Amino acid sequence: MKLQTSTRLALYSVLEFAARPEQLVAAAEVAAKYGESAHHLAKVLSELSRAGIVESVRGVGGGYRFAANPRRLTLLDVIRLFETLEPGDAAAQRAGTPVEAALQQVQAEIDQTTLATFGSITVATMLKMVEEARQAA
Amino acid sequence: MSGTHGKTSTRHAGTGGAVPPVRVRAVRRADLPEVIALDATVTGLHKADYWQRVYRRYGVGGQGLRHFLVATAGARVVGFVIGEVRDWEFGSPPCGWVFAIDVDPQARQQGVGTLLLSAMRQRFERVGVRTLRTMLASDNHLILSFFRSQGLRAGRLIPLELEVGAPS
Repeated sequence: MKLQTSTRLALYSVLEFAARPEQLVAAAEVAAKYGESAHHLAKVLSELSRAGIVESVRGVGGGYRFAANPRRLTLLDVIRLFETLEPGDAAAQRAGTPVEAALQQVQAEIDQTTLATFGSITVATMLKMVEEARQAA
Repeated sequence: MSGTHGKTSTRHAGTGGAVPPVRVRAVRRADLPEVIALDATVTGLHKADYWQRVYRRYGVGGQGLRHFLVATAGARVVGFVIGEVRDWEFGSPPCGWVFAIDVDPQARQQGVGTLLLSAMRQRFERVGVRTLRTMLASDNHLILSFFRSQGLRAGRLIPLELEVGAPS
């Protein structure tokens, strides 16, 4: 599946902030690093703030910091804020013809695997994977 | 019985006060009531007969290929892990299968699961195993997260199942 830009921005931000939990990170820094608009990122960060995943500090030297438990917050927790990603979405649709029903079963299998993957990878695990990727580079 | 190689954690089970270090060792028959109680706490099912069978198969002997380990804090069992070496399933070279792991809810997030899995991994490595596998319910995100945190990823095997015995 392809994640929407907002979702990817949210994941980038969460991982950037969680990697430096003691620091305030400027939104502009994240926007520039990933080549996205600061305006779009501001909307995403607002949603993350409302969910209690990040917190903002205003003023000179202000910025954002990670506010959740990295060993409990999963990718799915973040993705769900921006996308509809539930098992049975396909099955909930009108069954229609037998061909449509069979295809919906296949889609439901894929959805289940997707949910299990996103739901089982925590921010802490992602940070380990990021570090491994950094060392491999 | 294998597994007299106790491992002492640098972390402690619990916060505050003098808490005994967590050690991992091979299960003993005297541990079974605590293992059964821990399993019942977590699953809601009291399966004494099942655990007696598991003990006979994995807790005694095993020739270095079957392991039933417990984590203890002082005299208390705070977790367990069970696994075995399986070879040539669908052409797969010998791998270490972990099919049960549990930690007392009161002792979680203190590294007990990590110690247990690490001890199992060492035992697999001693007999030349290079892959560790497990199979988990896709909706059990807590235990999935634990294994992910230990470095496990989706592998080349895909679990499939079929409901059988249903009236046609």
